[in-house]
Amino acid sequence: MERAGTHGEMTLTGEKRDWTHSLQDMRQQAAIAAKVFIQRDYTNGTVCQFQTKFPSELETRIDKQQFEETVRTLNNLYAEAEKLGGSSYLEGCLACLTAYTIFLCMETHYEKVLKKIAKFIQEQNDKIYAPRGLLLTDPIERGLRVVEVTIFEDRSLGR
Amino acid sequence: MNNCEYQQIEPLSLPTPRPAAVEEEEEKARRKWEVFPGKNRFYCDGRFILAQQSGVLPLTLGLILVTTVLFFVFDCPFLVKHLTVFIPAIGGVLFVFAVISLLQTSFTDPGILPRATPDEAAYIEKQIDNSGSSTYRHPPRTKEVVINQQVVKLKYCFTCKMFRPPRTSHCSLCDNCVERFDHHCPWVGNCVGKRNYRFFYTFIVSLSFLTAFIFGCVATHLALNTQTINVVFDFSSCTAVELVICFLSVWSILGLSGFHTYLVASNLTTNEDIKGSWSGKSEAEDTGNPYSYNNILTNCCSVLCGPMPPSLIDRRGFVPVEQSSQTVSMEMVLPMPAAKEIKVVVGPTPSQLPPSRALQVPSSPLPATPLSLTGRPQFSCLF
Repeated sequence: MERAGTHGEMTLTGEKRDWTHSLQDMRQQAAIAAKVFIQRDYTNGTVCQFQTKFPSELETRIDKQQFEETVRTLNNLYAEAEKLGGSSYLEGCLACLTAYTIFLCMETHYEKVLKKIAKFIQEQNDKIYAPRGLLLTDPIERGLRVVEVTIFEDRSLGR
Repeated sequence: MNNCEYQQIEPLSLPTPRPAAVEEEEEKARRKWEVFPGKNRFYCDGRFILAQQSGVLPLTLGLILVTTVLFFVFDCPFLVKHLTVFIPAIGGVLFVFAVISLLQTSFTDPGILPRATPDEAAYIEKQIDNSGSSTYRHPPRTKEVVINQQVVKLKYCFTCKMFRPPRTSHCSLCDNCVERFDHHCPWVGNCVGKRNYRFFYTFIVSLSFLTAFIFGCVATHLALNTQTINVVFDFSSCTAVELVICFLSVWSILGLSGFHTYLVASNLTTNEDIKGSWSGKSEAEDTGNPYSYNNILTNCCSVLCGPMPPSLIDRRGFVPVEQSSQTVSMEMVLPMPAAKEIKVVVGPTPSQLPPSRALQVPSSPLPATPLSLTGRPQFSCLF
């Protein structure tokens, strides 16, 4: 069914189509076996950090170090987004002086880091998780509550 | 792997959205704000959010407008002539600040947490049952975490089906869990939480300055005016109206500003202060509040000038269709509880892309997209 805007047939760049092509095939031919949710780690307060504890359901699929490395990098990125420092104070003060109207035209530091995080997750999925039949969901899609890891069944990937 | 199979299946997305994909559209594609489960109202196609009961927001706006307009019309000419031209300038600046921050407080997402997806809720339930800490539903489920060497209890929210993060509270008026919940303010018609606390603080501070300023100017006007002989009847009655409004409100607003300044300096919320969450601690401990930086300046900066967190509820995104529906039907199966009425939304024309989380679309969006992918972060970061 040809329809503009339909996923997979969009007129985005060719490379995007190839990437989604392989993930789509995986998704359509592989059923979801389980989902694991990595919860937030509140030991440092309300900053956004996720637990690095390796869930037992992933033991057969991925290396513990690899997974912990991913979560640790994610945590560092979120820490960078929420960092209190000179530049964030400057942004805040400038925003206050302009009665916060500056947010209408400027992208906040947090949003910039969120884009970085989205890109990082996409890369990780591409390189590491999709070949193993796993899929990471960007935590922002889940309200920064959990990192959702979807485990697909093995059969379609011929493993 | 087959090359063309994916074209046959429509719609294509799973409940787990792809990191870099755009959510597909049906002809009756709905935006997430239309199926939002909380009691909120949305305007401008999801750009602005307000609580269901707007409270006395119109009254607040009306009072500010009326008082300021009367001030400019009746007092400024006299004061400009007798004192200085800066008086209307200062009044104007304070008025602009007050109104803008009021509107931002009212229309910004206060930090609403989206409800847990069914998968998440099931996972948490399984964990609770496994750990044996709660075998039946009704007693409040709690989870303890240690934050900065303090034990904090996290409560389970039965409405949102998740353990509330620290400092989060469920507002019964809006039926949402709000992060860093301060209070639900009827004067602004919205909850005050993590994302709009700075706007709220700016509002009450600028309003207290404005009220005090107008009060001072009006009092000066009356004092100076009695020295001259001519007192026009309706002229002074307007001034008297302003005087009464300002006198009545300046004490409460100044008091509120002072109270919130104290809260900001100690990194507390109204909710925590009222419940006495941290004040019941013994004298032996330096501070009961595990979130405080123990430095007034750092506390103030982190609360008021910290990075602006994004809105988590993605109001303008499209609702993904679950794979289990697998039918090209007119009805959409929604992952969240359905909205009250079925609204037919005109889908975007073929030349448009459905807006998605702009952060997740790779570098080259369609240039012709009016529902621009860059539009989302601009609105989301403000609201």
